[in-house]
Amino acid sequence: MESKEKTIQIRWMELVIAGFFVLLGAIVIKDSFRTGFRWGTDGPEPGYFPFYIGLILITGAMWVATQTLMTWRKDGGEATFSTVEEFKLVLKMLLPTIVYVAVLLFMGLYIASILFIAFFMIWQGKYSYFKSFAVGFSVCAILFALFELWFLVPLPKGPIEALFGY
Amino acid sequence: MEELNNLFHGFAVALSFQNVLFMLVGILLGVLIGVLPGLGGANGVAILLPLTFSMSPTSAIIMLSCIYWGALFGGAITSVLFNIPGEPWSVATTFDGYPMAQKGRAAQALTAAFTSSFVGALIAVIMVTFLAPLVAKFALKFGPPEFFAVQLLTFCSFIGMSKEPPVKTLLAMMLGFALAAVGLDSVTGTLRMTFGFESLLQGFDFLVAVIGLFGIGEILLTMEEGLAFKGKGGKITLRDVLDTWKELPKYWATSIRACLIGCWMGITPGGATPASFMSYGVAKRFAKDPESFGKGNIEGVIAPETAAHAAGTSALLPMLTLGIPGSPTAAVLLGGLLIWGLQPGPLLFTEQKDFVWGLIASMYLGNIVGLIVVLSTVPWWAAILRIPFPIIAPVIVVICAVGAYTVHGKMLDVVMMLVFGLVGYAFKKLKYPLAPLVLALVLGDMAESSFRQSMLISNGSLGVFWNNPLVGSIATLGLLLLVWPLISKVMSAMKRK
Repeated sequence: MESKEKTIQIRWMELVIAGFFVLLGAIVIKDSFRTGFRWGTDGPEPGYFPFYIGLILITGAMWVATQTLMTWRKDGGEATFSTVEEFKLVLKMLLPTIVYVAVLLFMGLYIASILFIAFFMIWQGKYSYFKSFAVGFSVCAILFALFELWFLVPLPKGPIEALFGY
Repeated sequence: MEELNNLFHGFAVALSFQNVLFMLVGILLGVLIGVLPGLGGANGVAILLPLTFSMSPTSAIIMLSCIYWGALFGGAITSVLFNIPGEPWSVATTFDGYPMAQKGRAAQALTAAFTSSFVGALIAVIMVTFLAPLVAKFALKFGPPEFFAVQLLTFCSFIGMSKEPPVKTLLAMMLGFALAAVGLDSVTGTLRMTFGFESLLQGFDFLVAVIGLFGIGEILLTMEEGLAFKGKGGKITLRDVLDTWKELPKYWATSIRACLIGCWMGITPGGATPASFMSYGVAKRFAKDPESFGKGNIEGVIAPETAAHAAGTSALLPMLTLGIPGSPTAAVLLGGLLIWGLQPGPLLFTEQKDFVWGLIASMYLGNIVGLIVVLSTVPWWAAILRIPFPIIAPVIVVICAVGAYTVHGKMLDVVMMLVFGLVGYAFKKLKYPLAPLVLALVLGDMAESSFRQSMLISNGSLGVFWNNPLVGSIATLGLLLLVWPLISKVMSAMKRK
């Protein structure tokens, strides 16, 4: 292992995900109390299954967490989830995608997609503005033809498409 | 011989001009999906599912299943030429396929891969043709307890057979169950875990989950690996094909073993991926020169490809006859059936003959068409892989978003896709398996309602699952598989002493 390189250790991630499962299990169990988790006269009540699902979720997550903690010393942080460099790469994909989905909610799919593809190509691929937008437009044109015209499935549209009467 | 008559009728259905066209479109789209990173059989079919809403169910299933065959073929191209498995089930193909390509034998490796895929699929389809009607006839007698027992067996075998740590398989599965329980309770009509959000009334759609888990998750993983496609050129001449075909019959034993493993793993919900690894391992163990594996042994290509296709194809058998999918992709096809208004299960074979036999006939035809298409268009697909990642990545994200939206026409689903993508990324890295999550999400409601229906029959007594020999043996087998990891641990501990 390159000892200098900063890494995100797998043991921490294991704990984070286990925590997520415990939280989820707790939510499930809480709701099953509301809907009834006992064995009624005609079999289980609506919350019966969720109750045990929640219980297994928490127990299983505890098991994983215990295992992680028991090997904590032995592991010594050797096993890496990803290096910081790798994680930065993931963020470079993830953050634009989050922005894309947010824009999509307001501007519709076409505009958001053109902007997203063009932005990513310019930013990550160092392509010219012309090429990047051309690719974005073509992809959307294909989508439009395929979905709206050929298979008659409407895609979400925003204010700009409304100007063109769609 | 009723099967043969039905099959010929099916060919008549499948061979209409329109259906052959859909077959071709399906194969091409499928190979494309198989080649591109982030798009695979399961989420590819999920994304394209909305396109079929306006088609007749028979044409729709023909096109979708052909996408599936195409994706199975496509995975081999990237494995052999680029050492990048386009699909999880083609990981084992890279072990010997890529070394062959490095030695300049790419054409042989590809021909062997495609041909053995074809052989695996063909054997599996023949099995489906004759076995499926029998299973369906048998399953007509099934009541809720029997269905629940089979579902129990499905879930337990995931835990018992998984490569991943059993506790992680269990957790992934429970996450699926918990998500499946959200929304309207199908038996009593009570709202569960909606917490006052109206958009949660219908629960989580597994198609959206599949697109996020496999699509977005995969793109994030690919990005992390710092993409650099450095591939071998792929060009296949007729001469290469014929030469390789002459060589292939030598490996009949490997093929038969691979077919058996594949069919078995496909029917029991193991799926194509474990089947391909298992088949590779078995081929290596039986080989005269095990050391040559991993250095470009053609058997190392034949074994996993045959098994993967056999498994992928036979996974449709339990889906059609019992309504229980053997793989995530089969689960997506099952979702399609429900959307087109068909109820999967034994009745399908008596009430929807056109549909069932059209599908089975299209499995034969689709694989023949697929073989010809991939053999003749390899260089083209290799060229697609050379499209730089900064272009292909955002396009795939856009395609995933389109797929997630069109399932129900809900914006929230696009957001959910993103969330599932993050879950998929984290799960992959921490070795939580995704397939049990998807299957639990699909089958959760069904399993719960068949359990509760059984309880209504028996007035709340669990004894109903051991009421007759059939249901009893299925249920017992399921429980045995569930504790199998423990048993095998104890056994190996005893051996050591």
